[in-house]
Amino acid sequence: MSESGPVATPRALVAGHAEFAAGLVSAVELICGRGELLVPIRVTGLCGADIEELLKRRLVETGARVIFTDLQAGSCTMAARRVQREVAGVVLVAGANLPMLLDFAMTNEPDLAVAATSAAEKGRTSVNVFGGST
Amino acid sequence: MTLVLNRIDDRLIHGQVVVGWGQPLDVQFIVLVDDTVAESDWEQDLYRMAVPPEMEVRFHSTADAVRHLDAYRKEAAPGILVTGDIATMRALVAAGGVRDVNVGGIHHRVGRVQHLRYVFLTAAEQDALRELRMLGAVVTAQDVPAARAVPLDELLAAREVA
Repeated sequence: MSESGPVATPRALVAGHAEFAAGLVSAVELICGRGELLVPIRVTGLCGADIEELLKRRLVETGARVIFTDLQAGSCTMAARRVQREVAGVVLVAGANLPMLLDFAMTNEPDLAVAATSAAEKGRTSVNVFGGST
Repeated sequence: MTLVLNRIDDRLIHGQVVVGWGQPLDVQFIVLVDDTVAESDWEQDLYRMAVPPEMEVRFHSTADAVRHLDAYRKEAAPGILVTGDIATMRALVAAGGVRDVNVGGIHHRVGRVQHLRYVFLTAAEQDALRELRMLGAVVTAQDVPAARAVPLDELLAAREVA
């Protein structure tokens, strides 16, 4: 994380398969030095109920109110949807990528739902194909 | 085609099932057998959200699934049957004639011992898997198609440190 300056309050959890979350958060830190705004969640070996409990616990511990997940069909997304039923005000964004997390980390938008929506749009529009036959 | 995979996975429908197995096997439907999910519209909507529009999910209680298994075996399209625990699969093996059981994911819980990266079992669950074999099922552990199918004896003998 950043070597100087005050420790920022985390704004979001990032959860996904294998080392997805740690990889993306480390990339955000490398690029913009704001990785501390994102909390990577590793779920390998956990059942769905334990993933749900882990997400709830980390939301409480960190004060984050946004959850980014990697795959809509993934167990992190399923667990996060269940968390949303119990914890008011949690925003879930499924299908996270690096441009999306960078946008979220760099914005000063105080409304996290607005920030998450903007980041999701950035993630969508940052996928491009260069070359190929079409 | 028929039910091409009968899977025990406590995450039920998730990435490995939909993408890992579903795409290479061209799976058209998933049969989710779980007594709790079968009674909850909210849970069913949650699992439907996890699959692409062209893939159908059919929800059954354990007792209901037994009655439908023969029909699923006669379907023209390939499908996956998934249960969240060994006991539910046992009922399908005993009464429904399921003959191949894939242990795809039984994850960490207090009292369980880790056998593979994705399989943790209590002593009772080890016995329950042996019972599936005694009932006539071939039991192997395999999380994704590219992995090796681990035979039951090897699974039970294996120990991993998390």
